[in-house]
Amino acid sequence: MNIPEHLRYTKDHEWISVQEDGTTALVGITDFAQSELGDIVFVETKPAGTSLDEHDAFGTVEAVKTVADLFAPVSCEILEVNEALDAAEIVNSDPYGDGWMVKVALKEPSQVDGLLNASAYRELVGE
Amino acid sequence: MPFIANTDRDREEMLRDIGVSSFEELLPDIPATCRLDRELDLPAAIGEMEVADLLSSLAESNQHAPGYTSFLGGGAYDHYIPAALRTIVSRSEFYTAYTPYQAEVSQGTLQAIYEYQSMICRLYGMDVANASLYDGATALGEAVALALNVTGCSRVMVAGRIHPNTTEVLKTFVEPGGKASLEQNSLKDGLCDFEALEASMSDSVAAVIVQQPNFYGSLEDVQRIGEIAHRHNALFIVSADPVSLAVLEAPGVYGADIAVGEGQPLGSALNFGGPYLGIFAVSEKYVRKLPGRLVGLTKDRDGEDGFILTLQTREQHIRREKATSNICTNQALNALQAVVYLSLVGKTGLRQVAELSMQKAHYLAGKINELPGYSVRGDAPFFREFVVDTPVDASVVVQRMLEHGFFAGCDLGLFGETGLLCAVTEKRTKAEMDRFVECLGSLS
Repeated sequence: MNIPEHLRYTKDHEWISVQEDGTTALVGITDFAQSELGDIVFVETKPAGTSLDEHDAFGTVEAVKTVADLFAPVSCEILEVNEALDAAEIVNSDPYGDGWMVKVALKEPSQVDGLLNASAYRELVGE
Repeated sequence: MPFIANTDRDREEMLRDIGVSSFEELLPDIPATCRLDRELDLPAAIGEMEVADLLSSLAESNQHAPGYTSFLGGGAYDHYIPAALRTIVSRSEFYTAYTPYQAEVSQGTLQAIYEYQSMICRLYGMDVANASLYDGATALGEAVALALNVTGCSRVMVAGRIHPNTTEVLKTFVEPGGKASLEQNSLKDGLCDFEALEASMSDSVAAVIVQQPNFYGSLEDVQRIGEIAHRHNALFIVSADPVSLAVLEAPGVYGADIAVGEGQPLGSALNFGGPYLGIFAVSEKYVRKLPGRLVGLTKDRDGEDGFILTLQTREQHIRREKATSNICTNQALNALQAVVYLSLVGKTGLRQVAELSMQKAHYLAGKINELPGYSVRGDAPFFREFVVDTPVDASVVVQRMLEHGFFAGCDLGLFGETGLLCAVTEKRTKAEMDRFVECLGSLS
């Protein structure tokens, strides 16, 4: 199971990657999440400009026979939705790279420190 | 389906099997105050022969279409149903009211639904049709729900006159929750008033609805209504009669985002008002918001064609409370009747049905217009239905014509209006229509 060291994670199996500017971040779902869901066929997110509190649902990810909610790891505002997700299978093939879901502006960057680090997340998924 | 008996002995065996001594032991969770504590107040049982006699005598007190010459329409049309249809749909492999559970096991049923969807797409000029909904009115309700959902807007405009019963159904979809409103645009000579529609539009309109032909049978300028809707970023919803589409432009061609219809004219009997068939089709953009079941074509592991229920993640059993519709089944038998009907009459046959209905309706309208005291209302083009202003109240005309063996039409007094709504299908003969006109003449 691929769990990169430089990312932070949530119990809902999202990852967040704070960018160099320290105020924006990319959010996606983990390798574990994509493998549990199976073939992902569709990702739908709220549009850019949406303001979210920590744990707010910001979209859904659909596999062939199931659908899961996406939750905001921290309080943020959606800046950009990944257009490349029209081909949703990239979430399966590259969950931490081209399969990112939204780019967000962090409302309180310090909230990120409260999320799981790689070893804590590895423990959560039982590796 | 076989008759399954439930004798005292069967019940004893079942109770013994699950380890209780009496049925009462299964009910301790129901409080005594909620129990009836006596037998149901029902008449004594009677024999099968007596039941058959009773039911036929009750049925004989109905006045039903086969015993009369019918000009009734108003949403249900007496088109001819080919004899082969009943034989085909009665085959036990097909005969089911719903999409089956474990649907993929029933490849024949799924293929029939797939063919139905394909034919509806051709007829309505749309990208995707679902496996059908309950009837035309609820299909329009689901269309409105879809429009409210995707636009996030709150106003729903009805352009032109739709069936008043449909309006009542729409209210049940729109008004609860108090977040949206249904507004009837004003009419001009029975048709959509374009200036009024344009003036009442705003960015908060989710959808503009039109029924084609409208409730009075007249043809609306649907192209123009669609342009007004789209200019204000509202969805354009068209409720179109499927038979009329053999001679009229398809909703998809003039820009409908959602096309719905009452599918009864496609091979379903009048059935005292139901079960009927809700036709529902969308442009591909809205496929993930499509309510109801959807059958797709795929390849199995041997590379052979196979049919599946597809895009199921739209549906309530997976999406739970976030599903945009709670429709989890379809009118499989009526959809089957529609696909068998369309297959039997074919493209040419459906056109003939439409043309004959239209020509005969125009013949009858012309004859009635010549009668002293009667006039066909308005001069808008119509398909197979039109409103007649009568010299005496329409309810009186209906009553008196029954004595002559006619269902004269739909009394608009039932909807708080005046006039007689007459529909003509290909089944009516010139002789029937001439006699009808003669009898109408004798009333004035």
